Amino acid sequence: MKIDRRSFLGLGLGAAAGIAVSPVGVKLTDDSSIWTQNWPWTPVPEDGEITYENSVCSLCPGSCGISVRKIKGRPVKIEGDENCPITGGGACLHGIAGLQYLYDPARVKTPLRKNGKRFEPISWEEAISTVAGKLGEIRENGSDTLGLITGGAQGSMTGMFRRFLDAFGSSNAFAMPSLDANLELTAQTLHGAGKTLGFDLENSDFVLSFGAGLLEGWGSPVACYKANSSRKERHGKLYQIEPRLSNTAANADKWIPCKPGTEADLALGICAVLLSKNLFAPGVYPGGLNRFTANVTKQYSPENVEAITGVKAADIEKLAVEFANAKNAVAIPGRGRGDQGQSLREFAAVQTLNALTGRLNKKGGVFIFDKESYLSFPEAAMDEIAEAGAGKDKQAASLDELVTKINASDAPLLNALFVYNANPCYALRDPKRVKDAFKKVPFVVSFSSYLDETAMEADVILPASTFLERMEDVPSGGGLAKQVVGLARPMVNPVFDTKNPGDALIALAQAMGGTIAESFEWETYEEALEAIAESVWETLSEEGYAVVAEGNPEGIPTTNFAYMADMPDAVQAQGDGKLILMPIDNMRLTGASSPFAVKTVSDKVIAGKDVVVEINPATAKGLKDGGDAVITTPVGKAKVKVFLNEGMMPGVIGMAKGLGHTYDNPYVAGKGVNVNDLIAPVIEPGSGLDAAFGITASISKA
Amino acid sequence: MSEIENKAENGSMDGAGECTAGDPKDDKGLGLGVIFFMGAFLICFLSGWLLFPKLLYSKKEQPFNFDHALHTGEAGDCESCHFLREDGTFSGIPNLESCMECHTDEPMGETEDEAVFCEEYVAKEKEVPWLVYARQPDCVYFSHAAHIMGENAKGKIDCITCHGHIGESTTSRPYEENRITGYSRDIWGKNIWGIKKNSWDRMKMDDCAECHVEMDGHKGYCFQCHK
Ligand code: SF4
Repeated sequence: MKIDRRSFLGLGLGAAAGIAVSPVGVKLTDDSSIWTQNWPWTPVPEDGEITYENSVCSLCPGSCGISVRKIKGRPVKIEGDENCPITGGGACLHGIAGLQYLYDPARVKTPLRKNGKRFEPISWEEAISTVAGKLGEIRENGSDTLGLITGGAQGSMTGMFRRFLDAFGSSNAFAMPSLDANLELTAQTLHGAGKTLGFDLENSDFVLSFGAGLLEGWGSPVACYKANSSRKERHGKLYQIEPRLSNTAANADKWIPCKPGTEADLALGICAVLLSKNLFAPGVYPGGLNRFTANVTKQYSPENVEAITGVKAADIEKLAVEFANAKNAVAIPGRGRGDQGQSLREFAAVQTLNALTGRLNKKGGVFIFDKESYLSFPEAAMDEIAEAGAGKDKQAASLDELVTKINASDAPLLNALFVYNANPCYALRDPKRVKDAFKKVPFVVSFSSYLDETAMEADVILPASTFLERMEDVPSGGGLAKQVVGLARPMVNPVFDTKNPGDALIALAQAMGGTIAESFEWETYEEALEAIAESVWETLSEEGYAVVAEGNPEGIPTTNFAYMADMPDAVQAQGDGKLILMPIDNMRLTGASSPFAVKTVSDKVIAGKDVVVEINPATAKGLKDGGDAVITTPVGKAKVKVFLNEGMMPGVIGMAKGLGHTYDNPYVAGKGVNVNDLIAPVIEPGSGLDAAFGITASISKA
Repeated sequence: MSEIENKAENGSMDGAGECTAGDPKDDKGLGLGVIFFMGAFLICFLSGWLLFPKLLYSKKEQPFNFDHALHTGEAGDCESCHFLREDGTFSGIPNLESCMECHTDEPMGETEDEAVFCEEYVAKEKEVPWLVYARQPDCVYFSHAAHIMGENAKGKIDCITCHGHIGESTTSRPYEENRITGYSRDIWGKNIWGIKKNSWDRMKMDDCAECHVEMDGHKGYCFQCHK
């Protein structure tokens, strides 16, 4: 017997046949298909009990109530909270994507100290003692050289920071430009200190919007969305005045295009018509109306205003009469989101229109509220240094002015700077100059949650827990017709080694000792909040919200026309280019952006990595739709793609705001350019606001 | 005829020549080939049937033995521990908190297993890492509520129909994990051929479909279960 090839063939065939008729084939096929459908390395969320907890979103001034869906205690989804007195259950795309911020690649995971150009991680103890030591030295040589930049000016957290400055002996607290601050300044100018404005959009039958992006994130965005949709049911009217056919303009009953930056002139033109036709309502005007009437009718005749704004004189007259005769009408100021590049002149002009037509404290009009009365801090303990510092004037009227002054001064104007909840090195106009100013401050302490453009400039970072990881009161603002405070509660333990900035501040104050420590004699921020917000705490902690003011306040407030009667000058766009570059606010690109939100941006805003600019075909001589171009302004230059848009007024180039981040988050950064890089601030005399609505520019084929 | 064609023709002829050249010794080779074939067939068939499942599944023991019969006697029916939550989701295997509605870190009985439970888990407040026999792949969405809460027979299936008589067991059998998919052997079923005698023998998609056809006259749609 010889074993040959055939024997082996038999062996092989036998084995194959044996396997084939056994269950191996069918079972392995089934298993491998299941395996491919459930890659074991794909993370799968754990299953478990589903619970809901309520909190408040503080990603923007909207203060929307949210309901966080948790599985086995882990937050998995955010929805609107139906009980929220502001939104009644709505939330925007940023709010529902809020969980992404918890795991943002740019999060600061532990306290950091700058060593040369790089950050090194340090412990909380070390971080606090480093900052306390440094501040102690600085305080000896002039306590008023500690500055503070916060995102908003409201709420207990800002209050705590300001208190720290008081106890330290400095009055140099500044806030980023915000609609709230602009409204407050307007109220203060026209109606007296300690007031703010709220617009009763929900009950108004005629909204005359001077560029307010009601669908682009103005004020409390979800509340504006709601008011806009209910307007259609109520058959209310919306007229939108702005150079671009924005979403709001497209939704409005009438779009009134006006040249960029001339909204105030139009408002004054309408005032002039009302006064000359005797269509104004009686009001309480200490100081009288005569000087204003004389000046405004002289300077802002319909013909003059037509020349300035591009709106026909006849249309201005018609509009004035229509507005005066409407029952519950209101005029709203604040182009786009109403925060940046606004002038007091414009806000005051629009509010003057409301005052003249008797819309103050009327249903569907504008409410003059007393500002934030639910918080009461105990008196801060002051030593001699603090007393001396308190007597000194602020270095500047606004943050933008401060930046300009720091850059202009040889000796450091500030020796230390706290930054909380703000990203001025990205969000202010011409951020390069802001970075330069930061470099001139010897010691910058950031309380940021993310290593963003501003945190990058810091010397020490004391990382803050995000809004989902900490407790905080969230007061509504944003021009709402009611004042509500919500309570944000920790939905999850801090993902990284971060702290509630209130706790970090208490630790810092304790480490500094003396009267500063005495001013912060709380164990924790939560204890402090309970004490400071005592008047509303019971409702706030039980229900998650407390309504501080609702409905129209009693009586007719006084209106002082002195500021407007002086006829403040309009701010002009810088440079002598033929076109105007105007930033466009977009709901999807606000503040810090989540990967989810950035993904939803249309390719008419960003195409690949290029920012898209909107331009009227009549202006875009030689430029092709979709083609490459270069924009040049007095401060910068950028490569862009062109989108020919009939909805853009001729002579204007529109570019989205909120792109061109440069920090370490691949989902958000490296896309397009930051429009602020192309625009220089123009400080409005008096208010100190950066009132640059845009800048002159030229565009050419790339 | 070209040279190439010549070569080709010769070549093929050569091949044919070799093939047809018979050799008496080949018969023996064929016989041996058959024997080898049969042998290999048998070995492979048997190992595919008997050995393969042993290799495919790894056996794991539960953290400790669980006596279902004892608990159903003490606590009541299945729903006492495996209940639907208020929102309709199924609680599955009870977590420590549920167990601790009855148990404390002091054992109630005498069994060694309960002692392990009390010392290792209750006292340390650690969840018991139970291995779940009936866990479906993650791409499968199954609502217990829809199958047990209905108004008529269609929606009022008892636990036994799918889970068998596990409630009467006194010991936890080993959990067999498929080394490829990572899922429990209970899904494919104990029988490696896929043959089932009882409705609870398998939990594959076909088994769902079989019951759905019987009850609804239709298998159902992909997205009803795969979401
Ligand atoms: S509108 Fe603002 S507050 Fe409201 S959900 Fe969106 S980001 Fe949050």
